[in-house]
Amino acid sequence: MMNDLGIGEIQNIANKLRLDVIEMTTAAGSGHPGGSLSAADLLATLYFRIMNIDPQNPYMEDRDRFVLSKGHAAPILYAALAERGYFPLEEIKTLRKIGTRLQGHPAYREVPGVEVTTGSLGQGLSMACGIALAGKMDGKDYRTYCLMGDGELQEGQNWEAAMFAHKYGLSNLIGFVDRNRLQICGNTEDVMCLDPLPEKFRAFGWNVIVIDGHNIRQIIDACEKAVRSRKNPTVVIMNTVKGKGVSFMENNVEFHGKACNPEEYAKAVAELKAVIQ
Amino acid sequence: MTSKRLAQRSYYGKALADLAKTDDRVVVLDADLAGSTKTGNFASAAPERFIEVGIAEANMIGVAAGLAASGKTAFASTFGVFASGRCWEQIRMAVAYPKLNVKIVATHCGLSVGPDGATHQALEDISLMRSLPNMTVIVPCDAYEAYAATMALAQMEGPAYMRMGRSEFPVVMPEGCEFRIGKATVMREGSDVSIIACGQMVGAALEAAEALSAEGINAEVVNMSTIKPLDSEAVEATVAKTGAVVTVEEHSIIGGLGSAVAEYLSENMPAPLVRVGTRDTFGESGEADELLVKYGLTASDVAAAARNAIKKKR
Repeated sequence: MMNDLGIGEIQNIANKLRLDVIEMTTAAGSGHPGGSLSAADLLATLYFRIMNIDPQNPYMEDRDRFVLSKGHAAPILYAALAERGYFPLEEIKTLRKIGTRLQGHPAYREVPGVEVTTGSLGQGLSMACGIALAGKMDGKDYRTYCLMGDGELQEGQNWEAAMFAHKYGLSNLIGFVDRNRLQICGNTEDVMCLDPLPEKFRAFGWNVIVIDGHNIRQIIDACEKAVRSRKNPTVVIMNTVKGKGVSFMENNVEFHGKACNPEEYAKAVAELKAVIQ
Repeated sequence: MTSKRLAQRSYYGKALADLAKTDDRVVVLDADLAGSTKTGNFASAAPERFIEVGIAEANMIGVAAGLAASGKTAFASTFGVFASGRCWEQIRMAVAYPKLNVKIVATHCGLSVGPDGATHQALEDISLMRSLPNMTVIVPCDAYEAYAATMALAQMEGPAYMRMGRSEFPVVMPEGCEFRIGKATVMREGSDVSIIACGQMVGAALEAAEALSAEGINAEVVNMSTIKPLDSEAVEATVAKTGAVVTVEEHSIIGGLGSAVAEYLSENMPAPLVRVGTRDTFGESGEADELLVKYGLTASDVAAAARNAIKKKR
């Protein structure tokens, strides 16, 4: 267990994950760095502090489960799994290449630790509901964490799942929304507005916590608060910056689905290495 | 063939209720149609393992996938149009690609749904499901086979789609029959033409064979209850005997049993083929039997197709 890692250490790991994202998407020549970087602090906190997991025994029965509903952020999931020891770190450079286990979007159990297949948006929360419900049925204590993008909440299936989670009292389900406010065609509020998002989830019967998604302390506190729920599912709406950690990617929708060119790569690596201890 | 008429979905419900007692991995999901799909029988037998999702088929498939990823055998049921169409892409990504243990069991398929009309008559579902990699597609021919197929599905690992009708129609298999996934059954031997049928059209095929025998035509009838994987050995064996084929399904001739057989024959052993099914059309309201007449799905249509196929032999 690594539950005693301090906030500074987790922050450092988050930046390492960011560097991994840049390395692997650049090697691939494609992929989705923007929405991977905005989720780095959450994944570092979950995989290195919060979740009950064992990389040596990736499918142990009582493990906590993580569902990446925004499957295009696969690079950040692969980075977290590799840094946590689920598979060799050098393998990340095979991302998106023929014959790799690291598919462009995460594929069920291709890599140890990938719990479901995602990539087509709006489906992960339903799958997380099924996993959480199975836990309740079997009297297990595990928790199911599900990361959604904000743009993908435009898919109606999420709200079917939100009703379901409330009806079945899935207090063991903790959702996160990576609220970076950008999607391919621009600002979420221009493409199809989502606000007021907290009120929407509250109306569906969820506990809602709004935090700064780049503040490790706030992420930990939100998780601790969420696991105390005995009745309802909880969603943590994380205000984030798309491309967080690389200056020219921040709030730049161009890097939703584009890798760095050699100059950009050098600059991104330099910036990240400067903050990694 | 007896004159006994039974609804397949009733026997699906019976099978689920029996599974409730014998297999604690089985969970059943439904989208507000438990009374019609008969999953309500399971809900009575094992309420703690029955999951009502409301009118939300896409979510039903995702939840089923999550349950299957957690070790459950998930049966998910609704009407065929919704089960195969509304959530096709959810089935594709969440179930078929990861090979999860989800059994999508659709009722109210085909024209014989009747008065509800075209919106509720699934005539494309076999086609939609057959095109998905990893997907097994089963169309039992009567209520007894529906029971046996449900039991077989519970034993099988991986994704599957099973198609059933709404109405009561004659049983053609013995009660207590076995079901082997991927294995066709020769229902009647013959040497002049092979009638390969599925679902309730197996009954029509047997009736047609009876009528043809009065004309001195000896038709073989094959119940192709698994559409995918197709029992190609059974196709080869029967076509080697007869040299002419008729396929019969209560489904479009595009993408269903007729297509599956045509694909196999044209690549492996070309033979004259006539497909009986709906011909690139939607259905309409009407009584089940009236619709089968109007859309050319009766025993006499099958017999005519058989004569036609024989004529095409060189």
